[in-house]
Amino acid sequence: MKLTGAQAMIRCLELEGVEYVFGLPGGAILPTFDAVYDSKIKFILVRHEQGATHMADGYARATGRTGVVLVTSGPGATNTVTGLATAYMDSVPMVCITGQVATHAIGSDAFQEADVVGITRPVTKHNYLVKDVKDLPRIMKEAFYIANSGRPGPVLVDFPVDVSRQVTEFEYPKTVAIRGYHPNPPINMEQVKKAADLIMQAKRPVLYVGGGAVGSGAGKELLELVNKTGIPVTTTVLGLGVFPETHPSSLRMLGMHGTHYANYSVQNSDVLIAVGARFDDRVTGKIDKFAPHAKIVHVDIDPASISKTIKVDVSIVGDVKPVLKEFSKLLKDKRPQMKEWLAQIEVWKKKHPLKYDQSTEEILQEYVIDQVAKLTNHKAVVTTGVGQHQMWTAQWYQFESPRSMINSGGLGTMGYGFPSAIGAQLGRPNETVVCFDGDGSFQMTMCELVTASFYKIPVKIILLDNGHHGMVRQWQELFYRERYSASVLGPSNPDFLKIAEASGLFAKRVERKDEVIPGIKAVLAHAGPALLHCRVAKKENVYPMVPAGNALDQIIDMA
Amino acid sequence: MKHTVAVLVENSFGVLARVAGLFSARGFNIDSLAVGETHDPQISRMTIVAHGNDRVLEQIMKQLAKLIDVICVEDLKPEDMMERELVLVKVQANAATRNDIMQIVNTFRAKIVDVSQDTLTIEVTGGESKVDAMLELLQPFKLLEVVRTGTVAISRNSVLSVPAAEIVEPKRSAAAATQAAAPKKTKSKTKEISK
Ligand SMILES: Cc1ncc(C[n+]2csc(CCOP(=O)(O)OP(=O)(O)O)c2C)c(N)n1
Repeated sequence: MKLTGAQAMIRCLELEGVEYVFGLPGGAILPTFDAVYDSKIKFILVRHEQGATHMADGYARATGRTGVVLVTSGPGATNTVTGLATAYMDSVPMVCITGQVATHAIGSDAFQEADVVGITRPVTKHNYLVKDVKDLPRIMKEAFYIANSGRPGPVLVDFPVDVSRQVTEFEYPKTVAIRGYHPNPPINMEQVKKAADLIMQAKRPVLYVGGGAVGSGAGKELLELVNKTGIPVTTTVLGLGVFPETHPSSLRMLGMHGTHYANYSVQNSDVLIAVGARFDDRVTGKIDKFAPHAKIVHVDIDPASISKTIKVDVSIVGDVKPVLKEFSKLLKDKRPQMKEWLAQIEVWKKKHPLKYDQSTEEILQEYVIDQVAKLTNHKAVVTTGVGQHQMWTAQWYQFESPRSMINSGGLGTMGYGFPSAIGAQLGRPNETVVCFDGDGSFQMTMCELVTASFYKIPVKIILLDNGHHGMVRQWQELFYRERYSASVLGPSNPDFLKIAEASGLFAKRVERKDEVIPGIKAVLAHAGPALLHCRVAKKENVYPMVPAGNALDQIIDMA
Repeated sequence: MKHTVAVLVENSFGVLARVAGLFSARGFNIDSLAVGETHDPQISRMTIVAHGNDRVLEQIMKQLAKLIDVICVEDLKPEDMMERELVLVKVQANAATRNDIMQIVNTFRAKIVDVSQDTLTIEVTGGESKVDAMLELLQPFKLLEVVRTGTVAISRNSVLSVPAAEIVEPKRSAAAATQAAAPKKTKSKTKEISK
C-alpha cells in the first residue's frame, strides 16, 4: 500500500489501537492533520499544547494505555515540554508527535524551527527525528513499545514536513528488535529468596509502595501478600490507591505530609520493603536519618533507581507484579511475630489520627474533600493540581483502587489537574472523574474549559479557592516570617463562576459550610462538565508536616 | 577514584549528545571522552574517563545503560586494561634547546613530527602518566599548544561483545483491553547489586 508519510503516521496510530489523539495543528504538521481528517481516531482539539500533554497523561494513568499527542513544530513543540517532563518524572507512557520544518531547512533557523529533539532529550525516555519516510513504521513501532514497556515514559517523534509528504510503500512491522533495550530482565530468584529470608526474620517490617506498583498492575498481588503476611503498607503519593486505604493494614501516605503513623513506622522498621518506589526526597526527609534501623529491600524495574539515593541491602530488578507473587509464595503469616509491632502501630494510629477542625464555621478544604469522598463512595477517579489541595486530597479522599489518584508527584506541575481529568474521563467514560484544583493551579490550564464543554466531557471540578498560592503561603508563614511575597491571588482572581459558565459548564458557588453538600450533590448530579467554586479558608495549613531537611519523624502538627 | 568506562553505542544521530547530556544533567564530571566507529560501522565505541566514588560510578553505568542507543557498558578494571592516548605537543625550540628536547622525546619513545625555525611538534602515545610526565619535562621549554585525543582503552582478557537484539512482538500499547506491552524476558545491560 502506497501512503504519504502523513497517512502512514496516522495508519501507525490506528494499528496501535489509538483511540484518542490530543493536540493542535500548525504549518509543519498540516499534512498529518489532513490525514487525521480521514481517520476514525477521535481527535481532541485543545486550546494549549500543554493541555494536550496532560490530557494524554491523564488518559494513560487512568487506563495504563499509551497517551498520544500531535502538535506542530517550534512553539507547538516547546509547549509540550512541561507535559513531557511531568510524564517522564512519573513514568507515564506517552507518544508525542511534533511537526518539524523540512529536513533541508533544519539548522537554518527556519520559521517555527526549534531543536525539539535537543530540547526534549532530558525529559523523554527516548526521542526520534524521522529523516526518511521509510524509517517511519519502524520508528513508530519502537516508540509505542519503548513508551509502554519496562519503566514507562514519554517518547517523542519529530516529524519533518517534507518527510510527511514523501510517499512510501507502507508496511507496519509486527516486531521490534532493539539491541540496547532490555526492559524486562528476568527476575533473579536468589535475590527474591534472600529478600524473603530477611522479611521472615523481621520483627518490624513495612511495605513502602510507589507508582511502580500501579504501573505494573500489581494491586491484587499486593493485597494478597498483605492479607497473607499482615505486613503494614504505606504508599507514596503516586502509589495511592494501589492498596485500599480503608484496609486495616494501611498506614496511608508517608513523607512530608504523610501520617504520623506511616512515618513513625518507617523510621522504626527493621526491614523496609520498597516496591516500585524511588526514595524521593519528599518521601525520605533527611536522607541520612531515613529508616535508620532498617535493612532495605528494593524491588524496581529500573536498575538505575536502585541505590541511587539510598543504599539498598537486597535489590530485585524486575516487574513488581511477578515479584510480589513470588513473595506471597515464600512468605508466611507474620502476625504472630509482629504482635508488639502491630500493637505499637495501633497506638500511633490512635494517638495521631489525621484530623481537621470539624466545628469551624469556615469551609475547610479538608472538609470539602472529605464530603466529596463520602458522596462518591471513595470510588471516583480523582485528579489534582499541585499544592495544599493536592496533599489534602491525598490525606482525605481515602483511595480504594489503583489508578484512582492521578497527580503530578515527581515534577509537581501546577495546571496538571484539570486537563488530566479530561484525559482520564475519556479513558474511563463510565466513571465519575473529579478534579480537585487550587485557584492557582486551575488558572494555569483553565483555557481547556471550552475543550471539556465542546466535547461534553463530564468532569467535575471542585475548585478549592483559598485566594492564595496556598502551599507557598504556608511555607512563607512557617519559614519566612509571614512575608507573603507573591502568594496572594484573591484580589486578582477572576470570577470563576462566570468563566465556567461562559465556557459552557454548569457551575455553582458555595460560600457557607451548609451549602457544601448540596453544592457537591448538584455538581455530581449534572450530566455534563461542571464546576463547584468553593470559597475555602484562606489560611489553613496542611499538617502533619515534616519540614524539608528534617528526619521523617520530626513532625510538626496543628496544636 | 578514576574510572575508565567503555561504551558501545548505536552509530546514530544524536548519541554523543545523549551521553554528554546525561553526564551534565546528573552532575557527573567527564575527564575525557573519545569516540569512534568500530569494525562494525553501525556501532561506535566510546571510552569515557570519569572520576567519583563507587556510588557515582554505579549511577553513571546504570544511567548509560538506560539510554536506548547504548548497547553495552563496561567499567574496565585497571589491572586488566590497556589505555592509550595520543598527544600532539608544539613546543618552543631553538638551536640551543633543540637537543635537550630531542633527548626527552627519545626517552619517552615519542616522535618529532614537525620542525620549524622556532618550534618542534611532538607526537606521543601512551597512558596518562607517561604523557603527563613528558609534558612536565617539556614545560620549561614553553609549551605552545597541547592537543590530546582523550584516552582509549581496551581490556586484555575479555571482549566487549554485542548482544543480539531480542525480537519481541509487543502488544498494542495504546489499545483498549490490553495492558502494557509484555516483552519477552531479556538480559539486562547492567549487573544486579546485592550484598
Ligand atoms: C508550574 C508551577 N509553578 C510553580 C509551582 C510552585 N508552587 C507549588 S504549590 C504552589 C501554589 C499552588 O496554589 P494553588 O494551586 O492555589 O493550590 P493551594 O496550595 O492553594 O491548594 C506553587 C506556586 C509549581 N509547583 N508549579
